[in-house]
Amino acid sequence: MPTYLFWIFSAMMLLGGAAVIVFRNPVSSALSVVACFLGLAGLFTGLSAFFVGIIQILVYTGAVMVLFLFIIMLLDLKDEDKRAPSLAPLLAGLGLVVAFVSQLLCVLSRSPDQIAPALDPQALAAAAGHFPAGEKIATALTAGRLPDVQLIGHMLFTGYNLPLQILGVILLVATVGVVVLSKRTQH
Amino acid sequence: MASLNDYLLVSGLLFAIGLAGVVLRRNIIIVFMCLELMLSAANLSLVAFSRFNTVNGLPNYHGQMLVFFVITVAAAEVAVGLAIIVALYRARLTIHTDDLTSLKG
Repeated sequence: MPTYLFWIFSAMMLLGGAAVIVFRNPVSSALSVVACFLGLAGLFTGLSAFFVGIIQILVYTGAVMVLFLFIIMLLDLKDEDKRAPSLAPLLAGLGLVVAFVSQLLCVLSRSPDQIAPALDPQALAAAAGHFPAGEKIATALTAGRLPDVQLIGHMLFTGYNLPLQILGVILLVATVGVVVLSKRTQH
Repeated sequence: MASLNDYLLVSGLLFAIGLAGVVLRRNIIIVFMCLELMLSAANLSLVAFSRFNTVNGLPNYHGQMLVFFVITVAAAEVAVGLAIIVALYRARLTIHTDDLTSLKG
């Protein structure tokens, strides 16, 4: 990804994130989160993580943020009324953030920088030898393409079988829990 | 091509924005959105590490598997959290954290 695209997507992400805090209207905040996640998906795509980028758009901006908007409109929230801002949380929050960012800058200025290893057709074709010949992954790698989805599927179903099963159970438990939580108790 | 430190800086800044939102805002739904921003910031640094540490010439897909699991668990967490917020609103008719002081001693 060209460097200017990296900075454009980063600016979109950070401005979207800052707008979440600044806007008083919850709907505007939710739409700013959508802008932030779109920038993030652009960054993922630039890192050659195409599957994660698509999942970020489909699951986060598609499903999760629509759920947020749905709840905001269901509860019919008005703009936050202007309360007198209490000084202590404001100072504590800003102090925490300033401390975190200064630590981050300090660590990053001392740690050695690294540029991305090339993913050009020669490097990909060299990697094809680690996969069964004639299969889809090896064919795509030999042709100089990165079969991102196939590689993730390969890893998911060879190395992460048990976590995948546990994830299924977590989703089932969440579904049942949401139904129980949102059921009106009869008195 | 941006370097690893650029990605880590941007990811850390997004995390800081999320942290500021969690501490500063009083609307519990906005706080919850800022939690999602912090999770996404962690995802960005995981994907950056996966891309910058190649194994056999390919990105290290273990990092992206972790991102996959984080995104899935976050989706389940959002569903449960929003159900709790709706139940809270039904019981108290407010989602302003200053008004929710039942646990205060």
